[in-house]
Amino acid sequence: MDFIAISQGLMDGFVTTLLLFLLTLVFSLPLGLLVAFCTMSKFAPLRILFKLIVWVLRGTPLMLQIFVIFYVPGLLTDGQFVWPTMNTGWVWFDKTVSTRFLAALVAFSINYAAYFSEIFRGGIESINKGQTEAGMVLGMTKSQIFFKVVLLQVVKRILPPMSNETITLVKDTSLANTIGVIDLMYKASEQLLNGYIWVIFYAGLFYLLFTGLLSLLFGYIEKKLSYFKA
Amino acid sequence: MAYLTIENFNKSFGNTKVLKGINLSMEKGEVVSIIGSSGSGKTTLLRCINFLETPDNGVMMLDGSTLFNSEQNYKDSEKILREKRLNFGLVFQSFNLFPQYNVFNNISLAPTLLLKDKLKELKKQLKAQKLSAKEIKTRINEFKENEKKIIEQDTFELLEKIGLSDKKDAFPCELSGGQCQRVAIARALALKPKILCFDEPTSALDPELTGEVLKVIRSLKDEDRTMIIVTHEMGFAKHVSDKIVFMADGIIEEEGEPKTILENPKSEKLKAFLHGVSEKDGE
Repeated sequence: MDFIAISQGLMDGFVTTLLLFLLTLVFSLPLGLLVAFCTMSKFAPLRILFKLIVWVLRGTPLMLQIFVIFYVPGLLTDGQFVWPTMNTGWVWFDKTVSTRFLAALVAFSINYAAYFSEIFRGGIESINKGQTEAGMVLGMTKSQIFFKVVLLQVVKRILPPMSNETITLVKDTSLANTIGVIDLMYKASEQLLNGYIWVIFYAGLFYLLFTGLLSLLFGYIEKKLSYFKA
Repeated sequence: MAYLTIENFNKSFGNTKVLKGINLSMEKGEVVSIIGSSGSGKTTLLRCINFLETPDNGVMMLDGSTLFNSEQNYKDSEKILREKRLNFGLVFQSFNLFPQYNVFNNISLAPTLLLKDKLKELKKQLKAQKLSAKEIKTRINEFKENEKKIIEQDTFELLEKIGLSDKKDAFPCELSGGQCQRVAIARALALKPKILCFDEPTSALDPELTGEVLKVIRSLKDEDRTMIIVTHEMGFAKHVSDKIVFMADGIIEEEGEPKTILENPKSEKLKAFLHGVSEKDGE
């Protein structure tokens, strides 16, 4: 096999990786914010429940969670439950979304929501209470205080840990190939087993470039928000 | 009846009784200073007045209407609470300016957000009148443009009042502490509160910066604004206040005209407090 064919194969896998990465962010960011509010709730049962959930999700391997989500529903129901097949018509970037992909996406979204929720909680709790009180005495509603006063300060503060976590996600997507999602890692290991040792380094370059771009992006946002101190 | 009346305010945090039956009244246009050592409950009293804390017991009346009564069994909705808070303005010791907004927007943010509420109400009213959608739109836009101009004009006037017109585009991190506190005063004034409260407005400032803030407060006194000032600046309190209230251990130990309080204290606690303050000043 020649270089160009292998490159095309890797590119193909990379699109799946990229898709898994982006969709995970789309779902886990808002879900994480929701979970963060639950873990900060004044209503103790809710707070304790979600703290417990976060503990389990952060305390067990992501690979284990992927297996649980992909295999356990089917095993428990004697094969009655099958992850819905999306092979009919649901197409992203010319890629048909497979059941395996869907299971991986659910696992990643839940797992990352747990991590993000802790970052959000830390960020929100680190904002001086005086900011909220200033908003209150100025007659603002709770949501105005959060969105107009607190949020941007939180974003500025959590950028460094978010950058870390996002870069980790890029690399974690490679776990999806354990349930047969045909991503970049899957394609690379396929070729590795065919005897092309250099392909694995080539795939590493893909990841490296991608995370490098993300670092630059986060650096840019950090610079954009450097006009104020929070 | 007095403009503001507070009766029997009590507040505990856990087992600590911070306010033990505070009675206070003041007239419109009066300036009341609250003095006392730290832990005497001054700040808690101010926070209760501003609805940042809820007193365990007590009644508060403003301008003839009851704002708070612990005997009533219902809890205020957030909307009512917000409306009640708007009767008062509060200037914090640590300014609490919004760091991501420039000076102009720090002052105009709250009025602009309130305008949104007003627009919603207006829309409801116009809809009830069964006007056409187009008519409603033009009316709302008209109102909005007009109100926006007023907010802008008010903000410029406030900036001039605090002497920071040239800093309107600056961010809080680019200002000195004294400038920050002046902006915080303007921000509180932007909502036209009936009573403006200050919580140790100069305590977080370098001594050479307190003057500019006190000057602004004094200019407000000249406009006959009703103010409650928690302060450690005895000289300032003496000049600006119509009445000084001395708090100790959660009660009002002594109150009266500035001269009487500061020059002829009766209670032992006040004597000891004033002695301590003058010794510190003498250093």
